[in-house]
Amino acid sequence: MPEKVTLVVFSGEMDKALAAFNIAIGAASMGMEVSMFFTFWGLNIIKKNEGPIKSKGIMKKMLNFMNRGGSKRLPLSKLHMFGLGKWMMGKLMKGARFPSLEEMIALANEAGVKFIACTTSMGMMGISKEAFIPQVESFAGVATYLGEAKEGKVNLFI
Amino acid sequence: MKADATLDCIGLYCPMPIYHTATKLKELEAGQVLEVLADDDGIKLDAPAWCRATGNELLGIEEEEGAYKVYIKKSK
Repeated sequence: MPEKVTLVVFSGEMDKALAAFNIAIGAASMGMEVSMFFTFWGLNIIKKNEGPIKSKGIMKKMLNFMNRGGSKRLPLSKLHMFGLGKWMMGKLMKGARFPSLEEMIALANEAGVKFIACTTSMGMMGISKEAFIPQVESFAGVATYLGEAKEGKVNLFI
Repeated sequence: MKADATLDCIGLYCPMPIYHTATKLKELEAGQVLEVLADDDGIKLDAPAWCRATGNELLGIEEEEGAYKVYIKKSK
């Protein structure tokens, strides 16, 4: 039985997402079974970069307009500076041959990391399953998370 | 040290060296040795940790001119 790792990805910033995927890819490379639970702002990381987020009701429409999400639209948690900081961070990452967030999502997926979206946040914020990238394989709630975390050797909240 | 395959991770930062090591080692047979070239200092502790977690044998780490040569023997 491989050891389990669970990550709750609550934050929707690029730097925190990179840290989460870094650990996920590392754990998968160590032969561990990794589940990433995306909830609240973290759902922005796994939204498609293209197309509108269709939702019903004026407040949900407004929220999804202002909080569009998608891996390419995430801000930095510090020094974002209207995108200038993020642009510079992108340059530094390229210079260090560090993979982009999109590449890390693809690597994690190839390494067998499971992506799970939180249905409570989805319902509350008016985000449908179609809004997410196809690598998101399941949609679940806290019981699924706890069921896995209970068997997990490493459980993190990011 | 003699190796059956070499993996170049020069210029790569964590988690890429261990990711590539895990991927590359799948191509080898049990008993074969993989040489990993890396220059991220993290590899000095990460390679032993990775080997302990995956049950592969770390034969040694050679250090020269700011770069590391890590030798890992595939156990199964």
